[in-house]
Amino acid sequence: MVTTVVNLPSSALALILLFPALGVLFNLFFGARLGRRAVSIVGPGVMFLAFAAATWALVRLFMLPPGDALTFTLWPWIEAGRFHVELALRADTLSGVMIMIVTGVGAFIHLYSVGYMAHDEDFARFFTYMNLFALSMLILVLASNLLMMFVGWEGVGLCSYLLIAFWYTNPQFAYNGRKAFIVNRVGDAGFILGMLTIISVLSRGGVWTLDFPTIQAHVALFTTGTATAACLLLFMGATGKSAQIPLYVWLPDAMVGPTPVSALIHAATMVTAGVYMIARLNFLFMLSPDAMTVVATVGALTAFFAGTIAIVQPDIKKVLAYSTISQLGYMFLGVGSGAFAAGIFHVMTHAFFKGLLFLCAGSVIHAMGGEQDMTKMGALRKHLPITFWTMLIATLAISAVPGFSGYFSKDLILEGAYESGHVWLWGLGVLTAGITGFYMFRLIFMTFFGESRVEPEKLHHLHESPPSMTIPLVVLAIASAIGGWVGLPKGLLWGDAFARFLSPVVGNFRPGVEASTLGLSVVATGVGMLGILLAYVCYIRMPGLPMIVAWRAKSLYQVLLDKYYIDEFYNLIITRPLFFVSNVILNRGIDRFMIDGTVNGIGATVRSGSRLARRSETGNVQHYAFVYVLGVLGVVAYYLYLVRH
Amino acid sequence: MPIALFWFLAAVSLISAFGVVLQRNPLHCLLALIVTLLAIAVLFIGEDATVVGFLQAIVYAGAIMVLFLFVIWLLNLRAEMGPTGHLGLKLFGTIAVAAMFAELMAFLLPPHLQIKFAGHAAGYGSIDSLSQTLFSEYLVAFEVTSVLLLVAVIGAVALARRSTASEIQEHAADNARKERSAAQ
Amino acid sequence: MMVPLPYLMALSGAIFAIGVLGFLTRRNILVMFMSVELMLNAVNLAFIALGSRLGTMDGQVIVFFVMTVAAAEAAVGLAIIISIFRGRETVHADDLTLLRW
Repeated sequence: MVTTVVNLPSSALALILLFPALGVLFNLFFGARLGRRAVSIVGPGVMFLAFAAATWALVRLFMLPPGDALTFTLWPWIEAGRFHVELALRADTLSGVMIMIVTGVGAFIHLYSVGYMAHDEDFARFFTYMNLFALSMLILVLASNLLMMFVGWEGVGLCSYLLIAFWYTNPQFAYNGRKAFIVNRVGDAGFILGMLTIISVLSRGGVWTLDFPTIQAHVALFTTGTATAACLLLFMGATGKSAQIPLYVWLPDAMVGPTPVSALIHAATMVTAGVYMIARLNFLFMLSPDAMTVVATVGALTAFFAGTIAIVQPDIKKVLAYSTISQLGYMFLGVGSGAFAAGIFHVMTHAFFKGLLFLCAGSVIHAMGGEQDMTKMGALRKHLPITFWTMLIATLAISAVPGFSGYFSKDLILEGAYESGHVWLWGLGVLTAGITGFYMFRLIFMTFFGESRVEPEKLHHLHESPPSMTIPLVVLAIASAIGGWVGLPKGLLWGDAFARFLSPVVGNFRPGVEASTLGLSVVATGVGMLGILLAYVCYIRMPGLPMIVAWRAKSLYQVLLDKYYIDEFYNLIITRPLFFVSNVILNRGIDRFMIDGTVNGIGATVRSGSRLARRSETGNVQHYAFVYVLGVLGVVAYYLYLVRH
Repeated sequence: MPIALFWFLAAVSLISAFGVVLQRNPLHCLLALIVTLLAIAVLFIGEDATVVGFLQAIVYAGAIMVLFLFVIWLLNLRAEMGPTGHLGLKLFGTIAVAAMFAELMAFLLPPHLQIKFAGHAAGYGSIDSLSQTLFSEYLVAFEVTSVLLLVAVIGAVALARRSTASEIQEHAADNARKERSAAQ
Repeated sequence: MMVPLPYLMALSGAIFAIGVLGFLTRRNILVMFMSVELMLNAVNLAFIALGSRLGTMDGQVIVFFVMTVAAAEAAVGLAIIISIFRGRETVHADDLTLLRW
């Protein structure tokens, strides 16, 4: 039986997409009618089935020689002259890792949602959207060509909007959903332009397709200039999708969506699509050192910038949102330095611990009856033991405490940054590691330790979450703890197995500067520990200290709290002018005044003209006869004229 | 026809035509019309259209005008009293008609309408030759006209008869139903 | 000795014009109808005159048809007038303006 399953043809790749698609259809058409029991079985169920199919694909990949991939063509799709694009799936080691993350973490988040959304009226709609999201993300990851990847890219953007604005009856939530979609769209414009650049270069060389292996084979057609242009444009798409400077502003506002959504989409999977895209096109990026430097610099700056905002935020989900932006910055620092495997490694570990952090936050919020303000929490570890321990493990992972998953991936990235010559960026990354340790442990201490600042009414409701929510927490905690052991530093045990697994697709990292792995690690870990110590001092030992510091540096504190006023800046420069053009000029000016005015004016003219004209309908036959006589006069005159001449 | 007779008949028909148009009492108008028709009938006979001339007198003046007469008596019409307004129509109407007459004359009179008259064949205007032409070239028109007459008879009878009592009731009920649906 | 054609045409035109004038001017429906008959007769005269000059019987046949149709038209028209009169007790043109806007 096992051998028959293992030896399924590569068309079974389509199952990975088929299961979520069936989930969408079922939940869409029958979900409301068949009730919560059916949906809570089908919703997570199809994800677990997809996970099984993904496992199958991974097993098959292990059995294939390195560099080989499972491929399956669904449909010819576009054939326009010489240009052709197929809907085809490609599972190589890179996409193999991604589908495991998406389906695995995704399946457990779906399971968690059954408990979290249990009291929600739109239960079926939620799972429809979640399955649709999974489908789109899997299309993005399994696409064998750039255009199909873009289809998935757009699909996840759509689902992100649908899920952020899930409780759309609240105008602010609906606005935030729109904001996310539109900011994404701005990035997508760059992505499309990048695609077009690639097509234009390739077509000049006689290649008329966007298949990844084909692009890789003909990469010599690109000059440094065209490669830089294409990469920067594609990176613009990545800044939108993966929330980097300047298009990160949608992610903190996306926290108004249900917490499982934040966990799945805005932590574990969708936001990593930009990193995946760069890793996928590594051969193109390697042609342009300038583009890579831009990517790495933007990543490092974003990581630092977002970290500074996170240290003062009182809302638990906002801290995690800025933390996500910061960690995504790390991933771009990694791929921008040429350490593609390191970036993807961090994608994986981040999916584990950030997904877990969000789910735990959801558990806390659920127990607190909807409260998200950490200043109103405290000493919750007695009431929420499982949540506490799993969240602690996740926090240890994200703070890169040695042994946990985040330690290995973050160290690998920082090593890559240093060894590719970006010393300043490395320094920024190390500093950010300290900041990360600080704000994450601040979160833990404020929420679970100290004196209870919980409002009295909420104390009765405090209880641990149901098993449908705690089981995923435990599973993800185990992954956060030991998930990093696939990527040990070289020389230890089985060495960098993860990078070796990915190397056929993303190549090997060649260090420019030699450095001691141990030395770099010590520095980074040391700074991280300093951050944790500082948090301990501020929030456990001397609880009044943060307030004194905030009061002393009031203006700085306010700037950080108000996120550097970037949203207000964008509002002023972009949104308000756009609304002005749209409302005053286009809506009132052109549409209502000119176009409607013209149309209504024509109508009014016809009406008044007819009011004038119908006065000739007197009903008096003799008037009609008079006009008739006039007509006779005219006709006879005409004939007279004819006869005379 | 001697010219003198023509002038006489022309004068008679013109004067009585004006009489039709200008008399107040409709009965007087009718009588004037009959005189005009008879004058024209004589003109027909003068043009060797013997049959048609007699038919004009018998059918037109004799039957159709009598029909008019019956209707006038039936409706018991009186003479129109006082000025009847519509001076604009009357003024411009007169001008337009005068212009039309002038134009028609400009069109019909000039030399191009001179037709070479070659004399009539024997039997021109007799009932023989009328029937010949009527039942050969104009046969279809003849048949259609007979149908037309039939339809006219039926139409006239249907239009002019009084409704029976039941029809009046039906009509009233229809009207009431229409009013109710219009009010909703 | 035949009457010169222009004289006959002029007479026909004059009677036609008088008929039009009567139709435009009078308010009594029956008199309007009589003006129409005048017009028809003027045209009949023209037909007969031209047919005679051209030597064909066509003119007279056409007059024959005109007379028939005039008869039918008179019958139906008068029936209509009688109906109107039954409903409205008037034959004054000013009161019969149903087709007004």
